Amino acid sequence: MKIVVCVKQVPDTTEVKIDPVKGTLIRDGVPSILNPDDANALEAALTMKENNPGSTVSVITMGPPQADYMLRECLAMGADAAYLLSDRVFSGADTCATSATLAAGIRKLGGADIIITGRQAIDGDTAQVGPQVATRLGIPVISYVQKIYQEGDMVYAERKLEDGYERLAVKMPCLLTTVKELNTPRYMTIKGIIEAYEKEIIVWDHNDLCIEPEECGLSASPTKVLRTFVAAPKGKGEILSGTESEMAEALISKLREKHVL
Amino acid sequence: MIFSEKHKLIRKLVSDFAKKELTNEVLDKVEETGIFPKSILDKMADLGFYGVKIPRELGGQGGDNLAYVIMIEELARVSPVASLYANSPNSLSGGPILLSGTKEQLEKYLRPCVKGEIIIAFALTEPDAGSDAGSINTIAIEDGDAYILNGRKTFITMAPIADYTIVYAKTDLSKGTKGITAFIVDMKAKGVSCGKPEDKMGLIGCPTSDIVLDDVRVPKSEILGEPGRGFINAMKTLDGGRLGVAAQSIGVAQGCMDEVIKYSKERRQFRQPICNFQGISFMIADMAAKLAAAKELVYNAAVLMDRGDKDAGMACAMAKYYASEICNEIAGKAVQIHGGYGFIKKYKVERFYRDCRVFTIYEGTSQVQQMVIANKLLKN
Repeated sequence: MKIVVCVKQVPDTTEVKIDPVKGTLIRDGVPSILNPDDANALEAALTMKENNPGSTVSVITMGPPQADYMLRECLAMGADAAYLLSDRVFSGADTCATSATLAAGIRKLGGADIIITGRQAIDGDTAQVGPQVATRLGIPVISYVQKIYQEGDMVYAERKLEDGYERLAVKMPCLLTTVKELNTPRYMTIKGIIEAYEKEIIVWDHNDLCIEPEECGLSASPTKVLRTFVAAPKGKGEILSGTESEMAEALISKLREKHVL
Repeated sequence: MIFSEKHKLIRKLVSDFAKKELTNEVLDKVEETGIFPKSILDKMADLGFYGVKIPRELGGQGGDNLAYVIMIEELARVSPVASLYANSPNSLSGGPILLSGTKEQLEKYLRPCVKGEIIIAFALTEPDAGSDAGSINTIAIEDGDAYILNGRKTFITMAPIADYTIVYAKTDLSKGTKGITAFIVDMKAKGVSCGKPEDKMGLIGCPTSDIVLDDVRVPKSEILGEPGRGFINAMKTLDGGRLGVAAQSIGVAQGCMDEVIKYSKERRQFRQPICNFQGISFMIADMAAKLAAAKELVYNAAVLMDRGDKDAGMACAMAKYYASEICNEIAGKAVQIHGGYGFIKKYKVERFYRDCRVFTIYEGTSQVQQMVIANKLLKN
C-alpha cells in the first residue's frame, strides 16, 4: 500500500506573539515545528504501514528549503521517503494554490492508495488544503477523522462532529484529514535521526511538477489578505437578574436600545 | 558550539521525551520509593538512548560522542538519575566489552545490554582502592579452565539490579597494575552476593551496593581482553566515562538555571520580583557565564574524542573537572536564590543540589582529573 502524508512546517504558535501595531506575527526567534495535526496524520500512516507489511509512507510538503529540517523529523519518526516542493514561484500561496501544487506533487509520485493530512495548520487554521487536494485528484475525502479501521481496499472512519461522530466507509484511493484525538504521535528514535541524515530529500520545483508559474503561488491565489489585526478585547458582559419574565423584558429592551431588534 | 541539524534533532527528541515522561509526579515517586519505573527505562532503550554511541552492527545507534553528550545533558536537565541509566550502557557497562570483548562476548553481553534486556555493572572500586584503583585486593587464581575470584567491590552502581558485572581482579600479584585482569561475572553465579543498597544523598532510584565475591568460579571464556590488560581496559573506559559525567553536570546546571530564571521572576520581595535586585541578577549572570564556558569544554571534548585527537583524554578530564565543579556551585546558588524554598524537597533545585554532589567524586574525583591534566602537561 502506498501512503502519502501531507505535512507543513509552521511557527510554534504557543511562542508566537502578534505585533499590536502592525498586526503581523512576530516570527523572530520563534521555532518552526511540524504542524501538530500533521504529526497525527503521520502516526496514522505509520500504524497503517505496520499493519500492512510492504507498505511505504512518503511525506510531502510545500515550503522553503528550511522545511528540510521538518522532513528529517518525519523520516526519523519512520517515514520512508520525503519530498520537498520548493520554488520561489510557490510563495504567497493561499489554500487554493497550495492544494494545486501538492496535488501536482502527488501526481508526480504516481498517486497514492491513501493520502493523510492533518485537519489544519496552526498558523492558518483553514482546514481547507486536505479536502482541496482530494478534489483536485478526484478522490473521496473523510475529514476530521478520529478513528480509523482499514481492511483491504476499504477504509472505515469516524468523522468527529461538534456533538458526536459519523461512521463512514470509503474505498481507496481516498484522502483522510486527522484530528489530534486519533492517536498519540510516536517519538523519533536516535537511529531514525541518524539514518534520516543519510537519506536524500527529493526537491521538486514547478518545472519538475510540470506546472506553470501562474498556476501556483501568489498569482494563483484568489484569497487576498486586506488587513490583519488583533481583535480588541470585548468589554465585560452584563448579567441580568430578577424573575425570568423580568430578565426577558430587560433583555428585549436592551436589544431594542442597540437596534438589534 | 554551532550544532548540526542532526544534533539539534537529537536534542529535540530527548528534550521532548524528558518533558513528557519525566514529570514531577514521576520523579517525586522515584524519590519516595527509590525505584525507577521500568516502563520508562524500556522506552529509553526502545528509542535508542542506551546505544547512542555504540556501533550499529553491534545493536547500537552509531551516533558520535556529541550526540551522546547532548542526550545525557537533556536527560540530566530534568532527571539526573534517568541520565545515569541511559549513560551506563554507553559508558561503564558497555564500554569495557566494546573495548576488549570477543565476537561472542559482544553478541552475548553488549547487544542485549544496549537493548535494555540485561544490566551490566562495572566493579573496579574497593573499600581500600578508590582513586588509587591500581591497589585493588580482589584476587583471581587460575584453576584448570577457570579462575577462582575472591574479594569485595564497593560503591558499585546498579549492582543490586545487575545481571552481570565486569570485575577487575589481580591475576599476578607481582606485576602491579599489569597483573590486573577483567572478568565478566554472572551475578547469579555461586559465591556472588550484594551488600545492602547504600542509603545515598542523591541519585535516588538507581541502587548502589557492594559486590562480594566468595570463591566465585569464572570460566576462562569470560575473561575480558587479555590477562594482565584489565587495568588499561578500566582506565580507557573511565576516559569515556568522564565525558558522560561532564555532560550530566552541564545538564543539571542548566536545569538549575531553568528553575532560577523562572523563580526569580515570580518571587516578589520588597514589592518587586527578586530578579530586579543586582544581588540576584549578577549571581544569575555569573552562573550563566560559567555554564556557557563549561558547555564549550564538554562539547569540545566530545568532538576531540570523535576525531581521535591525542589530547581528547585531557580534554575530557578538563571538561569533567570544570563542569562538575561549576555544576555544584550553580546548584548551591540556585538553592540560595530560592531561599527557604530551596531547602524544601518539593522544589527541584533541592534534588539537583543533592544529585550533583557526587559529580565531582565518581568516575575520578576532581583531584584525580587535576592529576590527569597536570601529568599530561608536565610529564615531558
